[in-house]
Amino acid sequence: MTAVLENPATESPKPEVGAVPSFEVTLRVRRYNPESEHGEESVWDEFTVTAHGTDRVLDALHKIKWEQDGSLTFRRSCAHGVCGSDAMRINGRNRLACKTLLKDVNPDKPITVEPIKGLPVVKDLVVDMEPFFASYREIMPFLITSGNEPTRERLQSAADRERFDDTTKCILCAACTSSCPVFWNDGQYFGPAAIVNAHRFIFDSRDEGGTQRLEILNDKEGVWRCRTTFNCTEACPRGIEVTKAIQEVKRAMITRAF
Amino acid sequence: MTTQSTIPSPRSPYVRRKTTRGNFELYSWVFMRGSGVVLLVLIFGHLWTNLMVGDGVHAIDFGFVGGKWASPFWQIWDLLMLWLAMIHGTNGVRTIVNDYAQRDTTRMVLKGLLYLAFTVVVVLGTLVIFTFEPCPPDAPANLLPSFCPTI
Repeated sequence: MTAVLENPATESPKPEVGAVPSFEVTLRVRRYNPESEHGEESVWDEFTVTAHGTDRVLDALHKIKWEQDGSLTFRRSCAHGVCGSDAMRINGRNRLACKTLLKDVNPDKPITVEPIKGLPVVKDLVVDMEPFFASYREIMPFLITSGNEPTRERLQSAADRERFDDTTKCILCAACTSSCPVFWNDGQYFGPAAIVNAHRFIFDSRDEGGTQRLEILNDKEGVWRCRTTFNCTEACPRGIEVTKAIQEVKRAMITRAF
Repeated sequence: MTTQSTIPSPRSPYVRRKTTRGNFELYSWVFMRGSGVVLLVLIFGHLWTNLMVGDGVHAIDFGFVGGKWASPFWQIWDLLMLWLAMIHGTNGVRTIVNDYAQRDTTRMVLKGLLYLAFTVVVVLGTLVIFTFEPCPPDAPANLLPSFCPTI
Protein backbone atom coordinates (compact mmCIF):
# COMPACT_ATOMS: atom_id res chain seq x y z
CA MET A 1 0.00 0.00 0.00
CA THR A 2 1.28 3.44 -0.77
CA ALA A 3 1.14 6.28 1.69
CA VAL A 4 -0.98 9.20 0.60
CA LEU A 5 -1.18 12.67 1.96
CA GLU A 6 -4.54 13.02 3.66
CA ASN A 7 -6.59 16.17 3.23
CA PRO A 8 -3.79 18.38 1.95
CA ALA A 9 -6.13 21.32 1.45
CA THR A 10 -7.33 21.66 5.06
CA GLU A 11 -3.86 22.08 6.60
CA SER A 12 -2.92 25.59 7.70
CA PRO A 13 -0.06 27.17 5.76
CA LYS A 14 3.16 25.90 7.27
CA PRO A 15 5.93 28.33 8.21
CA GLU A 16 8.81 28.58 5.86
CA VAL A 17 11.17 25.65 6.14
CA GLY A 18 14.11 26.48 8.40
CA ALA A 19 12.48 29.64 9.75
CA VAL A 20 13.23 30.42 13.38
CA PRO A 21 10.04 30.84 15.40
CA SER A 22 9.56 34.30 16.85
CA PHE A 23 7.87 35.37 20.05
CA GLU A 24 7.14 38.45 22.10
CA VAL A 25 9.31 39.00 25.13
CA THR A 26 9.15 41.66 27.83
CA LEU A 27 12.27 43.02 29.46
CA ARG A 28 12.15 44.87 32.78
CA VAL A 29 15.22 47.03 32.78
CA ARG A 30 16.46 48.91 35.82
CA ARG A 31 17.13 52.43 34.66
CA TYR A 32 19.26 55.01 36.42
CA ASN A 33 19.95 58.46 35.10
CA PRO A 34 20.61 61.27 37.55
CA GLU A 35 19.90 63.81 34.80
CA SER A 36 16.38 62.51 34.17
CA GLU A 37 13.24 63.56 36.04
CA HIS A 38 13.75 60.59 38.40
CA GLY A 39 17.00 62.03 39.71
CA GLU A 40 19.03 59.74 41.92
CA GLU A 41 16.30 57.11 41.97
CA SER A 42 16.43 53.99 39.82
CA VAL A 43 13.22 53.00 38.07
CA TRP A 44 12.05 49.89 36.28
CA ASP A 45 11.18 50.29 32.59
CA GLU A 46 9.36 47.63 30.60
CA PHE A 47 9.95 47.04 26.92
CA THR A 48 8.31 44.43 24.73
CA VAL A 49 10.16 43.27 21.65
CA THR A 50 9.74 40.53 19.08
CA ALA A 51 12.57 38.06 19.41
CA HIS A 52 13.61 34.82 17.78
CA GLY A 53 14.52 31.55 19.41
CA THR A 54 18.15 32.15 18.58
CA ASP A 55 18.24 35.63 20.12
CA ARG A 56 20.23 36.48 23.19
CA VAL A 57 19.38 39.02 25.87
CA LEU A 58 21.88 41.34 24.21
CA ASP A 59 19.92 41.17 20.93
CA ALA A 60 16.77 42.18 22.78
CA LEU A 61 18.63 45.08 24.42
CA HIS A 62 19.94 46.13 21.01
CA LYS A 63 16.41 46.05 19.61
CA ILE A 64 15.21 48.25 22.45
CA LYS A 65 18.06 50.71 22.01
CA TRP A 66 17.86 50.84 18.23
CA GLU A 67 14.09 50.79 17.77
CA GLN A 68 12.39 51.95 20.97
CA ASP A 69 14.50 53.95 23.39
CA GLY A 70 17.88 55.22 22.27
CA SER A 71 18.68 56.45 25.76
CA LEU A 72 19.04 52.92 27.16
CA THR A 73 22.68 52.58 28.07
CA PHE A 74 24.72 49.41 28.43
CA ARG A 75 28.24 48.22 27.62
CA ARG A 76 29.11 45.72 24.97
CA SER A 77 32.06 45.34 22.66
CA CYS A 78 32.57 42.00 20.98
CA ALA A 79 29.09 40.68 21.74
CA HIS A 80 30.37 37.12 21.70
CA GLY A 81 31.41 36.37 25.25
CA VAL A 82 35.08 37.25 24.98
CA CYS A 83 35.49 40.91 25.94
CA GLY A 84 33.55 40.73 29.20
CA SER A 85 31.82 44.09 28.81
CA ASP A 86 28.19 43.14 29.20
CA ALA A 87 27.98 41.36 32.54
CA MET A 88 24.61 42.18 34.06
CA ARG A 89 22.14 40.77 36.51
CA ILE A 90 19.57 38.89 34.42
CA ASN A 91 16.67 37.41 36.37
CA GLY A 92 18.66 37.92 39.54
CA ARG A 93 21.79 36.12 38.36
CA ASN A 94 24.98 37.59 37.00
CA ARG A 95 25.44 36.60 33.38
CA LEU A 96 26.84 37.92 30.15
CA ALA A 97 23.95 39.32 28.10
CA CYS A 98 25.70 38.09 24.95
CA LYS A 99 25.90 34.49 26.17
CA THR A 100 22.38 34.18 27.56
CA LEU A 101 19.69 33.01 25.16
CA LEU A 102 16.28 34.54 25.79
CA LYS A 103 14.68 31.12 25.66
CA ASP A 104 16.90 29.98 28.55
CA VAL A 105 15.68 32.65 30.97
CA ASN A 106 11.94 31.97 30.64
CA PRO A 107 10.65 34.52 28.12
CA ASP A 108 7.04 33.80 29.22
CA LYS A 109 7.55 36.15 32.13
CA PRO A 110 9.19 39.58 32.05
CA ILE A 111 12.96 39.17 32.17
CA THR A 112 14.58 41.49 34.69
CA VAL A 113 17.82 43.14 33.68
CA GLU A 114 19.81 45.09 36.28
CA PRO A 115 23.33 46.43 36.54
CA ILE A 116 25.73 44.18 38.46
CA LYS A 117 25.60 44.76 42.20
CA GLY A 118 28.18 46.26 44.50
CA LEU A 119 29.75 48.71 42.05
CA PRO A 120 28.57 52.32 41.69
CA VAL A 121 26.11 52.71 38.80
CA VAL A 122 26.98 55.41 36.28
CA LYS A 123 23.95 55.13 34.03
CA ASP A 124 21.36 52.40 33.45
CA LEU A 125 23.36 49.17 33.14
CA VAL A 126 26.78 50.79 33.11
CA VAL A 127 28.71 50.57 36.36
CA ASP A 128 31.99 52.10 37.42
CA MET A 129 34.49 49.26 37.14
CA GLU A 130 37.35 51.22 38.71
CA PRO A 131 37.16 49.65 42.20
CA PHE A 132 37.15 46.25 40.52
CA PHE A 133 40.21 47.03 38.42
CA ALA A 134 41.94 48.65 41.38
CA SER A 135 41.89 45.30 43.21
CA TYR A 136 43.05 43.60 40.03
CA ARG A 137 46.03 45.95 39.73
CA GLU A 138 46.90 45.42 43.38
CA ILE A 139 47.71 41.73 42.89
CA MET A 140 50.24 42.64 40.15
CA PRO A 141 48.79 40.71 37.20
CA PHE A 142 52.02 40.44 35.24
CA LEU A 143 54.97 38.07 35.08
CA ILE A 144 57.61 38.75 37.72
CA THR A 145 61.05 37.19 37.19
CA SER A 146 64.61 37.71 38.27
CA GLY A 147 67.95 37.20 36.58
CA ASN A 148 68.76 37.64 32.94
CA GLU A 149 66.15 37.60 30.23
CA PRO A 150 66.35 34.33 28.32
CA THR A 151 67.06 34.69 24.63
CA ARG A 152 64.07 32.53 23.76
CA GLU A 153 60.65 31.75 25.20
CA ARG A 154 60.35 30.70 28.82
CA LEU A 155 59.54 27.05 28.36
CA GLN A 156 57.11 25.21 30.58
CA SER A 157 55.98 21.60 30.70
CA ALA A 158 52.41 20.75 29.80
CA ALA A 159 51.78 19.63 33.36
CA ASP A 160 53.05 22.94 34.76
CA ARG A 161 50.80 24.80 32.35
CA GLU A 162 47.85 22.64 33.32
CA ARG A 163 48.25 23.67 36.98
CA PHE A 164 46.80 27.15 36.41
CA ASP A 165 44.94 26.55 33.15
CA ASP A 166 41.51 27.14 34.65
CA THR A 167 42.30 30.63 35.91
CA THR A 168 43.77 31.81 32.61
CA LYS A 169 40.25 31.88 31.19
CA CYS A 170 39.20 35.00 33.12
CA ILE A 171 37.85 37.84 30.96
CA LEU A 172 37.50 40.35 33.82
CA CYS A 173 33.76 40.81 33.35
CA ALA A 174 33.23 41.28 37.13
CA ALA A 175 30.33 38.81 37.19
CA CYS A 176 32.00 36.89 40.04
CA THR A 177 33.09 39.83 42.17
CA SER A 178 29.70 41.53 41.87
CA SER A 179 27.90 38.30 42.83
CA CYS A 180 29.83 38.03 46.10
CA PRO A 181 27.79 38.97 49.20
CA VAL A 182 30.97 39.94 51.06
CA PHE A 183 31.86 42.37 48.28
CA TRP A 184 28.35 43.88 48.32
CA ASN A 185 28.74 44.97 51.91
CA ASP A 186 31.49 47.56 51.78
CA GLY A 187 33.48 46.81 48.65
CA GLN A 188 36.68 46.44 50.65
CA TYR A 189 37.14 42.74 49.83
CA PHE A 190 39.58 42.06 46.98
CA GLY A 191 36.93 39.96 45.30
CA PRO A 192 37.06 36.64 43.47
CA ALA A 193 38.33 38.05 40.17
CA ALA A 194 41.48 39.55 41.72
CA ILE A 195 42.20 36.29 43.55
CA VAL A 196 41.63 34.22 40.40
CA ASN A 197 44.12 36.37 38.50
CA ALA A 198 46.60 36.14 41.37
CA HIS A 199 46.15 32.35 41.27
CA ARG A 200 47.03 32.41 37.59
CA PHE A 201 50.50 33.76 38.45
CA ILE A 202 51.05 32.20 41.89
CA PHE A 203 50.83 28.72 40.39
CA ASP A 204 52.76 29.56 37.23
CA SER A 205 56.14 27.80 37.39
CA ARG A 206 57.77 30.64 35.39
CA ASP A 207 56.68 33.34 37.81
CA GLU A 208 58.75 34.35 40.84
CA GLY A 209 56.38 36.83 42.44
CA GLY A 210 54.25 34.23 44.17
CA THR A 211 55.40 35.14 47.67
CA GLN A 212 54.68 38.81 47.05
CA ARG A 213 51.21 38.05 45.75
CA LEU A 214 50.43 35.76 48.65
CA GLU A 215 51.60 38.54 50.96
CA ILE A 216 49.23 40.98 49.27
CA LEU A 217 46.26 38.63 49.51
CA ASN A 218 47.08 37.67 53.12
CA ASP A 219 45.12 40.77 54.05
CA LYS A 220 42.15 41.35 56.31
CA GLU A 221 40.27 42.01 53.07
CA GLY A 222 42.04 39.24 51.15
CA VAL A 223 41.27 35.56 50.71
CA TRP A 224 40.22 35.15 54.36
CA ARG A 225 37.01 37.04 53.71
CA CYS A 226 35.86 34.30 51.34
CA ARG A 227 32.93 32.44 52.89
CA THR A 228 32.79 29.79 50.15
CA THR A 229 29.22 30.61 49.16
CA PHE A 230 30.07 29.54 45.58
CA ASN A 231 28.18 32.53 44.10
CA CYS A 232 31.27 33.36 42.06
CA THR A 233 31.64 29.86 40.64
CA GLU A 234 27.98 29.91 39.64
CA ALA A 235 28.22 33.35 38.09
CA CYS A 236 31.39 32.84 36.05
CA PRO A 237 30.45 32.87 32.36
CA ARG A 238 33.72 31.13 31.54
CA GLY A 239 33.08 28.23 33.89
CA ILE A 240 36.14 28.91 36.04
CA GLU A 241 36.04 27.07 39.37
CA VAL A 242 36.53 30.33 41.21
CA THR A 243 35.90 29.13 44.75
CA LYS A 244 38.31 26.26 44.23
CA ALA A 245 41.00 28.68 43.05
CA ILE A 246 40.46 30.83 46.15
CA GLN A 247 40.79 27.76 48.37
CA GLU A 248 44.03 26.81 46.62
CA VAL A 249 45.44 30.25 47.34
CA LYS A 250 44.38 29.86 50.99
CA ARG A 251 46.11 26.50 51.15
CA ALA A 252 49.29 27.95 49.67
CA MET A 253 49.26 30.61 52.37
CA ILE A 254 48.77 28.08 55.16
CA THR A 255 51.55 25.79 53.93
CA ARG A 256 53.78 28.88 53.68
CA ALA A 257 52.99 29.97 57.24
CA PHE A 258 53.44 26.60 58.95
CA MET B 1 26.52 82.43 37.81
CA THR B 2 29.11 79.99 38.99
CA THR B 3 31.41 78.42 36.52
CA GLN B 4 32.93 75.02 37.01
CA SER B 5 36.27 74.34 35.49
CA THR B 6 35.98 70.59 36.01
CA ILE B 7 32.94 68.40 36.03
CA PRO B 8 32.78 66.51 39.32
CA SER B 9 33.07 62.78 38.99
CA PRO B 10 29.74 60.99 39.15
CA ARG B 11 31.47 58.10 40.86
CA SER B 12 31.24 57.63 44.55
CA PRO B 13 34.65 57.25 46.13
CA TYR B 14 34.99 53.52 46.55
CA VAL B 15 38.56 52.51 47.16
CA ARG B 16 40.22 50.22 49.63
CA ARG B 17 40.94 52.35 52.64
CA LYS B 18 44.23 50.85 53.68
CA THR B 19 46.18 47.66 53.41
CA THR B 20 45.69 45.45 56.43
CA ARG B 21 48.21 42.71 55.80
CA GLY B 22 49.23 40.29 58.48
CA ASN B 23 48.80 36.75 59.59
CA PHE B 24 45.97 37.45 62.04
CA GLU B 25 43.17 36.37 59.69
CA LEU B 26 45.19 33.34 58.63
CA TYR B 27 45.63 32.16 62.22
CA SER B 28 42.01 32.91 62.99
CA TRP B 29 40.94 30.84 59.97
CA VAL B 30 43.14 27.90 60.99
CA PHE B 31 42.02 28.24 64.61
CA MET B 32 38.36 27.98 63.61
CA ARG B 33 39.01 24.64 61.88
CA GLY B 34 41.22 23.25 64.63
CA SER B 35 39.07 24.35 67.54
CA GLY B 36 35.98 23.08 65.74
CA VAL B 37 37.36 19.55 65.65
CA VAL B 38 38.57 19.68 69.28
CA LEU B 39 35.23 21.09 70.41
CA LEU B 40 33.39 18.20 68.78
CA VAL B 41 35.33 15.78 71.01
CA LEU B 42 35.07 17.95 74.13
CA ILE B 43 31.35 18.69 73.83
CA PHE B 44 30.25 15.17 72.96
CA GLY B 45 32.53 13.77 75.66
CA HIS B 46 30.96 16.22 78.10
CA LEU B 47 27.43 15.29 77.04
CA TRP B 48 28.22 11.58 77.20
CA THR B 49 29.67 11.62 80.74
CA ASN B 50 26.91 13.89 82.03
CA LEU B 51 23.88 12.39 80.37
CA MET B 52 24.59 8.80 79.36
CA VAL B 53 27.03 7.23 81.84
CA GLY B 54 25.66 5.72 85.07
CA ASP B 55 22.31 7.16 86.12
CA GLY B 56 22.48 9.55 83.20
CA VAL B 57 20.64 12.81 83.38
CA HIS B 58 19.06 11.93 86.76
CA ALA B 59 22.45 11.93 88.43
CA ILE B 60 23.06 15.63 87.84
CA ASP B 61 22.86 17.65 91.00
CA PHE B 62 25.15 19.85 93.08
CA GLY B 63 27.05 16.85 94.31
CA PHE B 64 27.67 15.55 90.78
CA VAL B 65 29.04 18.86 89.53
CA GLY B 66 31.02 19.40 92.72
CA GLY B 67 32.51 15.94 92.40
CA LYS B 68 33.51 16.54 88.81
CA TRP B 69 35.21 19.84 89.53
CA ALA B 70 37.17 18.35 92.39
CA SER B 71 39.20 16.45 89.82
CA PRO B 72 41.85 18.36 87.82
CA PHE B 73 40.98 16.29 84.75
CA TRP B 74 37.45 17.69 84.53
CA GLN B 75 38.65 21.13 85.55
CA ILE B 76 40.96 21.23 82.56
CA TRP B 77 38.35 19.62 80.30
CA ASP B 78 35.76 22.23 81.20
CA LEU B 79 38.25 25.06 81.06
CA LEU B 80 39.35 24.04 77.56
CA MET B 81 35.74 23.68 76.51
CA LEU B 82 34.86 27.12 77.87
CA TRP B 83 37.79 28.91 76.29
CA LEU B 84 37.70 27.20 72.94
CA ALA B 85 33.94 27.59 72.62
CA MET B 86 34.08 31.23 73.60
CA ILE B 87 36.96 32.13 71.28
CA HIS B 88 35.46 30.06 68.46
CA GLY B 89 32.03 31.61 68.88
CA THR B 90 33.30 35.15 69.35
CA ASN B 91 35.49 34.88 66.30
CA GLY B 92 32.55 33.56 64.29
CA VAL B 93 30.30 36.41 65.35
CA ARG B 94 33.13 38.85 64.67
CA THR B 95 33.26 37.67 61.05
CA ILE B 96 29.49 37.93 60.77
CA VAL B 97 29.60 41.50 62.12
CA ASN B 98 32.36 42.32 59.64
CA ASP B 99 30.29 40.89 56.80
CA TYR B 100 26.96 42.47 57.60
CA ALA B 101 27.52 45.74 59.48
CA GLN B 102 27.62 48.45 56.87
CA ARG B 103 28.61 51.49 58.90
CA ASP B 104 31.86 51.70 60.82
CA THR B 105 30.13 52.90 63.99
CA THR B 106 27.66 49.99 63.93
CA ARG B 107 30.54 47.63 63.48
CA MET B 108 32.50 49.14 66.37
CA VAL B 109 29.54 49.12 68.76
CA LEU B 110 28.60 45.52 67.93
CA LYS B 111 32.16 44.29 68.26
CA GLY B 112 32.59 46.20 71.52
CA LEU B 113 29.53 44.51 72.99
CA LEU B 114 30.75 41.17 71.69
CA TYR B 115 34.19 41.49 73.29
CA LEU B 116 32.62 42.69 76.54
CA ALA B 117 30.34 39.63 76.65
CA PHE B 118 33.32 37.42 75.83
CA THR B 119 35.42 38.85 78.68
CA VAL B 120 32.64 38.61 81.24
CA VAL B 121 31.80 34.99 80.40
CA VAL B 122 35.40 33.79 80.18
CA VAL B 123 36.53 35.51 83.40
CA LEU B 124 33.47 34.43 85.34
CA GLY B 125 33.59 30.87 84.00
CA THR B 126 37.29 30.46 84.72
CA LEU B 127 36.81 31.81 88.21
CA VAL B 128 33.97 29.39 88.90
CA ILE B 129 35.93 26.37 87.65
CA PHE B 130 38.94 27.09 89.86
CA THR B 131 37.33 28.53 92.99
CA PHE B 132 34.40 26.15 93.17
CA GLU B 133 33.83 24.94 96.75
CA PRO B 134 32.45 21.39 96.56
CA CYS B 135 31.86 21.14 100.32
CA PRO B 136 30.30 24.38 101.54
CA PRO B 137 29.86 24.46 105.30
CA ASP B 138 26.36 24.29 106.78
CA ALA B 139 24.93 22.38 103.82
CA PRO B 140 22.86 19.20 104.21
CA ALA B 141 25.16 16.24 103.73
CA ASN B 142 22.86 14.42 101.31
CA LEU B 143 23.32 17.15 98.70
CA LEU B 144 27.11 17.11 98.80
CA PRO B 145 29.61 14.91 96.97
CA SER B 146 30.48 11.68 98.76
CA PHE B 147 34.06 12.71 99.59
CA CYS B 148 33.01 15.65 101.74
CA PRO B 149 33.92 15.22 105.41
CA THR B 150 30.86 14.56 107.53
CA ILE B 151 30.73 16.81 110.52
